[in-house]
Amino acid sequence: MQKGGFNFDLYQRNVELIEKNNYKVPKTTKTGTTIVGVVFSDGVVLGADTRATSGPIVADPNCEKIHKISDYIWCAGAGTAADTENTTGMISLQLELLSLSTGRSPRVRTALTLLKNFLFRYHGYISAALVLGGVDFTGPHLHMIHPHGSTSTLPYISMGSGSLAAMAVLETGYNSKMGEEDAKSLVHQAILSGILNDLGSGGNVDLCVIKHKSMEFFRNVDTTNSKRKFRKKLPYMFKSGSTKILEKEIEEKMRKMEIVNEKESQIEELEEL
Amino acid sequence: MELIESPLQDLKKEVSTGTTIIAVQYQDGVIIGADSRTSSGSYAVNRVTDKLTPVHDYIYCLRSGSAADTQIIASYVSYYLNMFSIEEGCLPTVKKAAHMFREFCYQNKQYLLASIIVAGWDEENGGCVYNVPLGGSIIKQPFAIGGSGSSYLYGYCDIHFKENMTEEEAISFVSKGITEAIARDGSSGGICRIATINKDGVKRRTIYGNELQKFWEK
Repeated sequence: MQKGGFNFDLYQRNVELIEKNNYKVPKTTKTGTTIVGVVFSDGVVLGADTRATSGPIVADPNCEKIHKISDYIWCAGAGTAADTENTTGMISLQLELLSLSTGRSPRVRTALTLLKNFLFRYHGYISAALVLGGVDFTGPHLHMIHPHGSTSTLPYISMGSGSLAAMAVLETGYNSKMGEEDAKSLVHQAILSGILNDLGSGGNVDLCVIKHKSMEFFRNVDTTNSKRKFRKKLPYMFKSGSTKILEKEIEEKMRKMEIVNEKESQIEELEEL
Repeated sequence: MELIESPLQDLKKEVSTGTTIIAVQYQDGVIIGADSRTSSGSYAVNRVTDKLTPVHDYIYCLRSGSAADTQIIASYVSYYLNMFSIEEGCLPTVKKAAHMFREFCYQNKQYLLASIIVAGWDEENGGCVYNVPLGGSIIKQPFAIGGSGSSYLYGYCDIHFKENMTEEEAISFVSKGITEAIARDGSSGGICRIATINKDGVKRRTIYGNELQKFWEK
């Protein structure tokens, strides 16, 4: 009886379907992404773009890539959207339970260990590349986590397909004595560089500033890239009456209810106890 | 239409510490040294990595191979070593740490890509260096080199190594070796991290790029 883990039983069938039957493999939604984190004097700034791609199509032009692990520990994710969301969600639950059972506020280090051990078990098949940042009672921390489970602790990090473009900006602009405004501006520029120069990144810029016992989320700080002239407004709304009614059939559900058994006496006995 | 161009394919590769690591026994203990580059294909993911990982107070391991595999193995060994030393009430020997690494690397050799050097100081034996290469064998040596950059150091080490060096001589031996490997190996680079382990504890230092020795070039 197999408990958990991956099941590769259908692998042979899938290979045959693709080769002989010309079956089209469904595409996963990837966040071809730029995510960035920077440590400054009082805390950490995380940044991300907002484009989720499914092959060459933009599946979601304004998705949220910065996920909450705990109140003052947040995580930006690149790779497969499902993997990053569910991994961060799971570790967020585990961290909450741990913090309740130990009676202590959660540490960034704990989230790091939980994430790295989880990803290592799946040998890189869970495609989640994460930038984990937060402030706990020991101070501000910033870590990068690769899909295979290796981690690094650095003062500035960029990951995703746009990481090369963002790293160029970070390497030029970073200095260890930055304040909050400088750090926010640097992260903003780095994400913008990824959006403009990387085809897999786009949309708007999201920022998250975490300081001691304070967190500010700036959703869609910069929307200059999404001002398209001919965009239809979402969600799609259809005027009432635009669909033609061909047939009408009304079924009375009440008549179908039958009273099978009356068990009032049983309920009374329970109440006495 | 190819949206992702070839430099970005590097980011999908597994992160490895394509590395140079050296450990050498000297008069009072051991000197260990490593470069600081972690690469993913041809992209340097971390240019200031610390490959000198403590597993106990006086015992360090030098990691090369897959970053994820070696980090996890070092975590496990550090955990078990701490448990044993608490139960036994004394500091663990370097031999015990090295054999624990060997056990992990050998028993899981199909799944792991880890080549580790274990070095430290203990009361009974003084400074010890153990090499635990890819397949999970274990060899005690007066000095050990590992990683992709070590290929360029076999000649250098054979000529310049001496038994019972002083601390300065040993540090010079290690730092020059790392410098040479960084100059010749593409997967090694960054700064040179060095640590001295003896009865007084661990002393760490960093030698930055511009301070590294230049050899024949002016």
